[in-house]
Amino acid sequence: MTAPTAGGAPVAITGLGALTPLGPDVASFEQGLLEGRSGVRLLDEPEFAELPARLAATVDLTDRLERVEARTLDRVQQVALVAAREAWADAGVPEVDPTRLAVVIGSGIGGALTLLKQDQVLRDGGPRRVSPHLIPMLMPNGPAATVGLEIGARAGVHCPVSACASGAEALAMAMELLRSGRADVVVAGGAEACVHPLPLAGFAQMRALSTRHDDPEGASRPYDKGRDGFVLGEGSGVMVLETVEHAAARGARVHGHLAGAGLASDAHHVTAPDPTGAGAARSIVAALRDAGVGPQDVGHVDAHATSTPLGDLAEARALNTALGDHRPPVTAPKSCTGHLLGAAGAVEAIAAVLAIKSGVIPAIRNLSDPDDEADVDAVRTVARKHVHDVALSTSFGFGGHDVSLVLTR
Amino acid sequence: MTAAVDRPSLLAGLAEVLHEVAGTPAEKVVPEAGFEADLDIDSLTMVEVVVACEEKWGVRIPDEALEGMRTVGDAVDFIATAGGGAA
Repeated sequence: MTAPTAGGAPVAITGLGALTPLGPDVASFEQGLLEGRSGVRLLDEPEFAELPARLAATVDLTDRLERVEARTLDRVQQVALVAAREAWADAGVPEVDPTRLAVVIGSGIGGALTLLKQDQVLRDGGPRRVSPHLIPMLMPNGPAATVGLEIGARAGVHCPVSACASGAEALAMAMELLRSGRADVVVAGGAEACVHPLPLAGFAQMRALSTRHDDPEGASRPYDKGRDGFVLGEGSGVMVLETVEHAAARGARVHGHLAGAGLASDAHHVTAPDPTGAGAARSIVAALRDAGVGPQDVGHVDAHATSTPLGDLAEARALNTALGDHRPPVTAPKSCTGHLLGAAGAVEAIAAVLAIKSGVIPAIRNLSDPDDEADVDAVRTVARKHVHDVALSTSFGFGGHDVSLVLTR
Repeated sequence: MTAAVDRPSLLAGLAEVLHEVAGTPAEKVVPEAGFEADLDIDSLTMVEVVVACEEKWGVRIPDEALEGMRTVGDAVDFIATAGGGAA
């Protein structure tokens, strides 16, 4: 690994928090990935009965928040708060000047569940029955605002919205806040919670979702010939990031570093991936340059790989374009977690940090019949031991958003 | 309008509403307690309290009345005067 030159300084990752379909915290998330466990289930509740796609990967919020606390927070704010509390505690509850503490939590959809529920309240009971908490619960910046209030952040609270790249874009923005001296500590990540018949119907009408109802745990199968779409997931991933100097000054335990980010956009189609993967490749090249590393330094890739027929191929081409002859092992957490949309980039950056720390790259679940067209060194069947210092994590979103992150030891 | 409810019953009913909406312990719901000052009820939550009271006692609490309703006692007085009964 070469020293950072072209971009900016790396920032220290001192806290991790994750609420995912694999479990209530980072430890269960890591264990689930290493075991290749699936968090996907069939939605057998009556409201989902008519849907053409009835699979999802959900989280358990039972007893995670006080009743009164939960009733004024949309589910997307609740998952963000749970993950942020874990990350903040993991970082040792840092004592920070509030005017030097910022929050960046992205979301793809925002408080959709509240919007849909209150629309029904309006129809049934009229405007005076509508909750006064409706607006702060549905606004996409709700999760960021909730976390900002929780930790008393006064250096700015931000919410990048870029569909399935939101979580990664939040981490990129957090790094910029630290590099530019606008904050010493940033709590950053992504949150999503929109498992409801309407979003599911919308994604299904795009033919974006898997319909493997007879085998829910086999439905999310990136790079497999039998893949037929993604599985909607919910949850949140949050990191505590701080300048290297700040982390050192307070003697913080450092999990790893966020060393670079690269952002690009396709300008190709609002939802379809550019089949050449050109925008995705540019984001990868930019992230490596920003981190001051070369393609040959990349020890593994935590791929976006959602299990859609076209998306996985476009990403595979992008990786080959950007990395040339270097073919690092590629893993795909969505094979276990489903697709956490605006939380995915943050959750998967956490997975990348954990793999560098442990030197073990989780296998891609359900990859039994690899698609030769997706020409990557996919880790399959068993986790691969591989001591390395640099990981690449990619995220792409509807709208043509391409975000790549470089994580280092 | 149904028969008016006595003030102790109104106070107990208001305590139920506040517990449901804001988790306020019943023993803190005394006539002299200020909604914002003592019970930490913010303006949004106060709207929920008002709507719940309107449903519970079949009264209408207009925004103008809300401005003068600073304490639990103020709310009990208003509902009693407005002829609040079981809705």
